[in-house]
Amino acid sequence: MPSSIRGPRRAARAAAAVAVASALAFTAACGSDSDSNGGNGSGGGDNGGDHAPSIELPDLAGQSLEVAAVWTGAERDNFVAVLKEFEDRTGAKVSFVPSSDNVSNFVGTKIEGGAPPDIVMVPQVGVLHEFAEKGWLAPVGPSVQEQLDANFGQGWQDLGAYDGEQYGVYVKVANKSLVWYNANSFAAAGATEPTSWQEFIDTAWLLSDSGTTPVSVAGADGWTLTDWFENIYLSQAGPEAYDQLAAHEIPWTDETVTNALTTLGELFGEDTLLAGGGSGALQTDFPASVTNTFSDLEAPTSGMVYEGDFVAAFIAGNTDAVVGEDALVFPFPAVDGDAPVVTAGDAAVALTTDGTATEAQEALLAFLASTDAARIWAQPGGYLSPNHSLELEAYPDQVTQDIAAALLAAGDDFRFDMSDQAPAAFGGTTGQGMWQGLQNFLRNPADIEGAQEYLEAQAVRAYGH
Amino acid sequence: MASAKAVAVIRARPWAVACFLLPALLLLGALIVYPIGYTIQRSLFDASGSSFVGLENFQDLFTNEATRKALSNTLIWIVVAPAVATGLGLIFAVLTERIRWATAFKLVVFMPMAISMLAAGIIFRLVYEQDPDRGLANAALVTVHDTFSGGAAWPDARPRPDTGLTAQEDGAYLVDATARAGEPVLLPLVGVKPADASGEAEAAPAAADPGAVTGTVWLDFAPGGGGTQDVIDPGEKALSGLKVEAVREDGSVAASATTGDDGTFSLPAEDADGTQLRLAAGNFTAAYNGVEWLGPTLVTPAIIASYVWMWAGFAMVLIAAGLAAVPRETLEAARVDGANEWQVFRRITVPLLAPLLAVVLVTLMINVLKVFDLVYVIAPSSSQADANVLALELYRSSFGGGANQGLGSAIAVLLLVLCVPMMIMNVRRLRQEKKR
Repeated sequence: MPSSIRGPRRAARAAAAVAVASALAFTAACGSDSDSNGGNGSGGGDNGGDHAPSIELPDLAGQSLEVAAVWTGAERDNFVAVLKEFEDRTGAKVSFVPSSDNVSNFVGTKIEGGAPPDIVMVPQVGVLHEFAEKGWLAPVGPSVQEQLDANFGQGWQDLGAYDGEQYGVYVKVANKSLVWYNANSFAAAGATEPTSWQEFIDTAWLLSDSGTTPVSVAGADGWTLTDWFENIYLSQAGPEAYDQLAAHEIPWTDETVTNALTTLGELFGEDTLLAGGGSGALQTDFPASVTNTFSDLEAPTSGMVYEGDFVAAFIAGNTDAVVGEDALVFPFPAVDGDAPVVTAGDAAVALTTDGTATEAQEALLAFLASTDAARIWAQPGGYLSPNHSLELEAYPDQVTQDIAAALLAAGDDFRFDMSDQAPAAFGGTTGQGMWQGLQNFLRNPADIEGAQEYLEAQAVRAYGH
Repeated sequence: MASAKAVAVIRARPWAVACFLLPALLLLGALIVYPIGYTIQRSLFDASGSSFVGLENFQDLFTNEATRKALSNTLIWIVVAPAVATGLGLIFAVLTERIRWATAFKLVVFMPMAISMLAAGIIFRLVYEQDPDRGLANAALVTVHDTFSGGAAWPDARPRPDTGLTAQEDGAYLVDATARAGEPVLLPLVGVKPADASGEAEAAPAAADPGAVTGTVWLDFAPGGGGTQDVIDPGEKALSGLKVEAVREDGSVAASATTGDDGTFSLPAEDADGTQLRLAAGNFTAAYNGVEWLGPTLVTPAIIASYVWMWAGFAMVLIAAGLAAVPRETLEAARVDGANEWQVFRRITVPLLAPLLAVVLVTLMINVLKVFDLVYVIAPSSSQADANVLALELYRSSFGGGANQGLGSAIAVLLLVLCVPMMIMNVRRLRQEKKR
């Protein structure tokens, strides 16, 4: 699958074969995805030029390291540029190994085979916990912790910790609280960026008045619906309730869920506001929802589309729209409380068989946690770092800078994608759990109670409590 | 007899016999017997495979909503798909017997068999696409539909909420206020795509005429926003060709008019004064968009149709071969006796072909039990649960999110059990054939 939809990785995997038909149109994107990469592959070493190194690295000449991640294409090349800088500064040799989408299986077999990669990028919080529990991870050493304390908020550190011990460094994240819109449609309607949910709904009606269908919802891909729900729930019910629901400590039949679905129903319940109406949305997959909004710039099928920062790469690769000119973005509107910031991300962890990390592993983790690495990584675009020491100017364009600013502004009130925290059977499988429950809701937005009962029944089955 | 001789050989050289049998037995054991045994054993354990749960997985299979749906869909498949494919195959075979280009026709009908199920799935995914501009099935339906009924003038137009125009059940909009002669009414609508209205003239206020009920219907949205609501601002377009009706209290239409180029209309005062104005439903009827093939209700029939498309050719070729072996004399004799073609078909051809039809039917049934790729590819993920069949559920529960290979094995065992009656039927038939 193309790197551009990296965020919802499990989604991409599950949807892979179903979307074969649409993939015909969409593999073409993979090839052209590299335009944001701008020949930056080997120039990584120069990027730190204007800035004094923020980290001292040991001499590791003669040592070799293996790093595994799911990234492919431009995403992989950008990461390799970061590794190149590490090689230049330490003399170590670092090789990149593509892991399959199912990182858990990949690492499991490698460990059994006795030759695990040294560093692995773990996309799900649950998987990190699973590895830590099995004793496959080495806790970070003092040099990594120093970088973490200097550059990362407590929230991001906690996500990489298990049982009070720090294991992971969140090196690459996604901001999933963004609404992308077609600048022409907004101009034609005289609409402005909404900041609250009510304004958002008003804007939607205004767009509809102007003759543009306001929103394209990718209902065929359940994961986009879970992200809609998570944003509303986080903003409306607050971070504490969000954590409880993610751990299934409160049931899905809870009143907070009713409220969130009622709010979501203000949009999903109005066929006029959705491209293709509710039933049309259920057959729209994520790539189609983006092209609906940006492939025809003058008279688009829809004016807005919701999803994370990875939409930018998809727009660049699949449409003629220019991000920052034709395609603009505003943060997901606040519902009742603060504006939500829902994120996803990859944590770098050191694999070990004896409980401690080698000097080289330690050094690479520390480097990845450093601002130097983030700066190189940020330059080609398509990357967000939770590193707050990284100056926003390191990002290549205004839109990315805004997205990064919104992410950092949330401080520790951001929350990790709920469906990525839940057991896969509930949060990441076609035809069941959250995906199906919210699709049922989109099909019949009046039946909030039915959707909640379905979700609760599925949650009980998947969580086992 | 030969068998006595064979027994003698076995007695004389058991080792040689064992040597000859061993490779086949080993292969059978490793590839068939052991997997079946292991699957049955695995079906009695939980997801992790570590603790014995007895028949719990089977209980789960019959109580869990997802697997129950898969089960009922599989039953629909077994009943419908082979019967329809065989029926069509029979019809094709009988009819092609008597046409000139029979071979060419058979070739065409058989051709889908050359395509893999996955490719056929992708083809039909596109055929069933909802958007008539992309999906062949809906394109055909829409073309036929639009040939018989013209489109509405302004399908997207609608009033703003709470502006004195109330939506009726049939799609018309009723003006709340009573119409008075000499008091021009303003009927603002919105929601029309700018491109659709680009050819329209600018809207103009209707002249006050004591002898008529007049008014303007226009697009109350200035490009770029701005403009005052419910007021005809400069640059706002008229909506021409819209039918305005004057409705009496009893619901009957007193008069009707069509808006002109500048959006104005005029109704004679003697009929329209004191009535309520209505924008007729015909103005707004949404364009016919075809059928939601891949929605929850039609998805299984739609996929079965794609299966029949593939396998009717297979049935036809087998039946045609059987048909060639039907003795001509019997058919001729029946015709000489005065039977018409239907009677010949019904009383002679079908009974003679019955054993063959049974084989085709049973083969297709077994084939249908394992249908997976078509369902997996054609059903969009939003209706995958509604299109679910056992083979797909087997995969989903074993390797999907739950990774419950215990339940998956239980489904595999159920599929095996479902296959058994058909296998027995086939074996029995083979034996009968040998006896003949």
